[in-house]
Amino acid sequence: MSSTIRYIDEFRRKGPARAMLRRIEDVAPRECVSIMEICGTHTHSISKYGIRGAVPTGIRLLSGPGCPVCVTAQADINRIVEFSRRNPSVVIATFGDMLRVPGTFSSLEKERAEGADIRVVYSPLDALEMARRDPAKEVVFYSVGFETTAPTVAATVIKARREGIRNFSVLSLHKLTPPAMKALLDSGDVNIDGFICPGHVTTVIGAGAYGFIAKDYGAPCVVAGFEPLDALYGLYMLLLQLRDGRAEIEIEYTRVVTWEGNKRAQEVMYEVFERADSRWRGLGEIACSGLRIRGEFSHFDAEKRFDMGYVDCDDDQAGCSCGEVIKGLVAPSECTLFATACTPETPMGPCMVSSEGTCAAYYRYERI
Amino acid sequence: MGEAGRILLAHGAGGRLSHRLIELFVDAFDNPILQQLNDQAVLDPPGSRIAFTTDSYVVDPIFFPGGDIGRLSVCGTVNDLAVGGAEPLYMSASFIIEEGLPLDELERIVHSMAREAASCGVKIVTGDTKVVERGKGDKLFINTAGVGRVRDGMELSPSRIRPGDVVILSGTVGDHGMAVLTKRKGLEIDIPVESDCAPLHTLVAAMIDASRGGIRAMRDPTRGGLATILNELCESSGCGMLIEEERIPVRSEVRGGCELLGLDPLYLANEGKLVAVVDRDCATAVLEAARKNHLGRDAALIGEVLEGPPGRLLLETSVGNRRILEKLSGEQLPRIC
Repeated sequence: MSSTIRYIDEFRRKGPARAMLRRIEDVAPRECVSIMEICGTHTHSISKYGIRGAVPTGIRLLSGPGCPVCVTAQADINRIVEFSRRNPSVVIATFGDMLRVPGTFSSLEKERAEGADIRVVYSPLDALEMARRDPAKEVVFYSVGFETTAPTVAATVIKARREGIRNFSVLSLHKLTPPAMKALLDSGDVNIDGFICPGHVTTVIGAGAYGFIAKDYGAPCVVAGFEPLDALYGLYMLLLQLRDGRAEIEIEYTRVVTWEGNKRAQEVMYEVFERADSRWRGLGEIACSGLRIRGEFSHFDAEKRFDMGYVDCDDDQAGCSCGEVIKGLVAPSECTLFATACTPETPMGPCMVSSEGTCAAYYRYERI
Repeated sequence: MGEAGRILLAHGAGGRLSHRLIELFVDAFDNPILQQLNDQAVLDPPGSRIAFTTDSYVVDPIFFPGGDIGRLSVCGTVNDLAVGGAEPLYMSASFIIEEGLPLDELERIVHSMAREAASCGVKIVTGDTKVVERGKGDKLFINTAGVGRVRDGMELSPSRIRPGDVVILSGTVGDHGMAVLTKRKGLEIDIPVESDCAPLHTLVAAMIDASRGGIRAMRDPTRGGLATILNELCESSGCGMLIEEERIPVRSEVRGGCELLGLDPLYLANEGKLVAVVDRDCATAVLEAARKNHLGRDAALIGEVLEGPPGRLLLETSVGNRRILEKLSGEQLPRIC
């Protein structure tokens, strides 16, 4: 455990953090700049360590579409809820946060109370184990996540095929980060001067994946880690680029991130999945921004195995601003439901449900 | 193991097998009041105000590093009395047992309770046993009540908390929660941490003696952890509170485990820690007294009471900025105690 501590405490010390804040003040531009992070763990870290309040007021820290639960379109939430209602004998295994996301008429949590067989797992391997133990039951793994999660799910599908487990399938709602960044920039809805890129996603895809953002859009990018000193130093590197008029891809999180990423994880991911158009909450349909299961693994594709249905619908419930929050257009505290009708106990949208959601982070840490 | 080595429904039916169970309890808890085997324990009044508490224990698993459900039930009851400034005297213990529980596990738990009660000087004077069908319980649930003698003139209450008071924590947080978590089915992880499960009455007595009446309120931060208990103290006192993250002792193993599992040690359960809000003038004396007791050797002054924001708890982060520290929302971990 001593090695763990070296990687935690050394990145959380007050002295170096204060020193870094002073350097940020020194290079902060006079005019306002908007910096967006696109990872729920960054969102959480910035709120938890009070970084938003500690940096100069001209620096706006925005949270983008970085929470996998939050970016799942309402129509996709609705169809799994509907599916669970129609198929009480099918086991639906998923991550805990997905249970509480309110669909238009119900949630998985409510359907479970009504008798649907919905189980929380920590890993897709747990879902596969359920299928192995009970061959008479169909087990559907309801799978969300970015490039960090997808390789594990792909490895699970490969394992299921190798071991001949036939009663296991995956509903893939996986999404890819760079296409969403592109869509956000193309929309022109929100002004972004630079990106703090996601540390863990980039360990898989490699920092090179953001090259087009610097080249085509002139926006600097820094891949940062999640400890307070990582976030502060990443921000400092971005401000230096802005001061010097540079738009480059830089890596702050050098202890795990490389330019190429994890080749083996990419191979596994693309052995099972292929890119497909995908619908995002708030951002709508984005070309080649999702992962669907390849034809040769169709036996493990829940969409092929079952009639999953799909009814298009609006993303946000009456008054909920999650779609706007995800794009960084609206701060949670600007939503009329925030901390009144919408709380972690009574969430009106996914951003208040998920531990990585922007509204949850603001609710938990930023209501002074 | 044959069926004879397991709890059967007949153990709860009131007949011969039930009697065998009663013998187990009476022999282990060994005191003249229980030995009378009446439907009630008749107690002499202790000559002062009494403190009275009840709790139920449903921890899963029933054996965990550093303790078991039986020891936990005694410590938990003793601590609920102790943090009210009461000396623990008597306990009840009711067992709800699931059919099929190995008898030797029940025996180990009962003897563990007996040892802990004896070392605390508390007598288990009345009890009950019920057996439920397999699948209708989970191995063993224990309900207790406890009676203690309140020290003369002792008045511990959040309503006595004033701005300027300081907050003392008796040691590292999160040990119990992490210890239970490491043994939870499906999550078995190899983190060398033991539950802090321990009776706090001698530590409390030492702190009260040193305080000369300066302790305002005490709590043991069990379910919901330190953050939740401090929020409750803020809410009931109407004061604000500021604590410093860097001053809160956390074992490196617990911190590492929390990082791995995405948990926050400030919300993990403790079973052998207390928080005291103390008049600033006697803080040094109370802290020194706590540190002389082995259960308070890591005691630390972690923060202070403020005028406001009323009812809110603030945390100074390691970055040096202030943020709110909320109560536990939802369930971080079910069946922790």
